[in-house]
Amino acid sequence: MNDAARSQGRIFPVSVIIVVLTIIWYAGAVYLNSGQLIDRYNKRSVQWDITQLAADAWSMKRPVLPAPHQVARELKKTVLDQKITSKRSLIYHAGVTLSSALLGFVLATALGIGLAIGIVYVATLDRSLMPWIIASQTVPILALAPMIIVVLGSVGITGLFPKSVISMYLCFFPVVVGMVKGLRSPEPMLLDQMHTYCASRTQVFFKLRLPSAIPFLFASLKVAIALSVVGAIVAELPTGGQGGLGARLLTGSYYGQTTMIWAALITASVVSATLVSIVALGERTMLRRLDGGQVARA
Amino acid sequence: MSDNASSSDTVVQIDQLSLDFDTVDGPVHALSGIDLAIREGEFVSLIGPSGCGKTTLLRVIADLEKHSSGKILVNGVSPDQARQDRSYGYVFQAPALYPWRTVTKNVVLPLEIMGLTRSQQQARAKKYLDLVNLGGFENKYPWQLSGGMQQRVSIARALSVEPQLLLMDEPFGALDEITRDHLNEQLLELWRKTRKTVVFVTHSIPEAVFLSSRVVVMSPRPGRVMDVIECNLPSERTLDIRETPDFLSLAHRVRQGLKAGHSYDDE
Ligand SMILES: Nc1ncnc2c1ncn2[C@@H]1O[C@H](COP(=O)(O)OP(=O)(O)OP(=O)(O)O)[C@@H](O)[C@H]1O
Ligand SMILES: [Mg+2]
Repeated sequence: MNDAARSQGRIFPVSVIIVVLTIIWYAGAVYLNSGQLIDRYNKRSVQWDITQLAADAWSMKRPVLPAPHQVARELKKTVLDQKITSKRSLIYHAGVTLSSALLGFVLATALGIGLAIGIVYVATLDRSLMPWIIASQTVPILALAPMIIVVLGSVGITGLFPKSVISMYLCFFPVVVGMVKGLRSPEPMLLDQMHTYCASRTQVFFKLRLPSAIPFLFASLKVAIALSVVGAIVAELPTGGQGGLGARLLTGSYYGQTTMIWAALITASVVSATLVSIVALGERTMLRRLDGGQVARA
Repeated sequence: MSDNASSSDTVVQIDQLSLDFDTVDGPVHALSGIDLAIREGEFVSLIGPSGCGKTTLLRVIADLEKHSSGKILVNGVSPDQARQDRSYGYVFQAPALYPWRTVTKNVVLPLEIMGLTRSQQQARAKKYLDLVNLGGFENKYPWQLSGGMQQRVSIARALSVEPQLLLMDEPFGALDEITRDHLNEQLLELWRKTRKTVVFVTHSIPEAVFLSSRVVVMSPRPGRVMDVIECNLPSERTLDIRETPDFLSLAHRVRQGLKAGHSYDDE
């Protein structure tokens, strides 16, 4: 009931923002497309006024910025009017991206948690590993992605896995950082208490450190899952024709099909937003279980 | 023969114990030349100004801190061995409860670690929660309890291990005076019933005198024992005893001891 009331209260501000954004978008479409159109009018010595300009700007074949309804039409054409298995369906492409993003996310979560445990429990790993992990994130992923594809391709690994590796590369970092912080979050007093109980390292880990780390882990997972989609899309750029939202972006820009690009972008953000909310839902359930409902009240 | 008997019922034996902390600004003499013997069934309070080493001494007994020199035996063995034998329960200044565990699950935490069966765990949780008058709160979460109730859960948890020795570091320090008085009476009652040996750290003179069979007065820099005061108040006592002349004269002696400690401070 509380949740329902809260989402009721959110509907109004959210719809206001959507309306404002749509108006800005339409205005932007006129502004950005006007250059091309006015050139054309001048060449053909056509008389024009602002209504004419707006009408034309919102119905161009190759606009600089397509109008929302054009993108909506493209979405309808590629989402609703196509079979999901068709290469022309955005759902199909979203599925390709989603599968490599999810695999990358799972790999990153496993890798991140593993590294964090190593860093927290082994002093030499703490000193030796962390600088490398940080350095890994300063390399631009766009430069690295093709190399990963080529290197893995040369040892015969192609398809889903190399793309997932790129996703993983991008999203293991927040998991490591969050998990290290979480595993170190129990107060010294609680660790002393475990010492008085003669608890083994494994017991301290499972009974104290791991539950303490859960809130930190979920905060990181929300960042990581959004990054995993970015990583999957970036990974699809060099692999070109294999499909996926990244491939659609590439094809769109190759043929100057801005409407196609925007449709792919919107699909990508819907995918990310859905994934983030699924993780957030998992987080809420988990935290509620962790403290018997205190968070739910707050 | 009487000598033998007295040494066999000594729970904590401390001889010339010192402890220095190495810090960046040189060593801190937290404890220096401590001599103390605590017999079975005694309620001993450690009192003294902040920084005189009360917590440190308790932590040495609990094997949470290593002494630099001198000797200490807990139950006739080293603190490390005593800890492994689970001969003591430690109550921290804060309740130190796990927010994701219910009251019962918090109490059984050390029992899970010891590997007791589920039914043993439940039986002990029930027994000790009843003992601290928390029957009926088994399935509440810590945040649903008052500070005083949380500290009682923490005492029940320490008792659930069934140690002979209870180490308590200002367990009621963060509570208001009314709650504290109430818990003092409950603790005294609990001690009478269970006959545990208790080492109790406090800042409060009335609390120390009311609860203890002996009060150890400590002074800082370096932390050492100034005075040991026997309190032979009748075992059936209530808070009203704090108005009696016997009580007041004991409190006076403790205060004198604390003052003597401070005069060293001014050198
Ligand atoms: N881990 C540590 N490292 C360095 N110095 C410490 C450490 N723990 C305690 N000390 C120092 O040892 C001295 C005794 O500290 P301790 O905590 O035992 O005092 P206390 O009597 O319990 O004080 P309070 O009443 O404030 O709790 C203090 O001077 C303190 O600064
Ligand atoms: Mg202290």
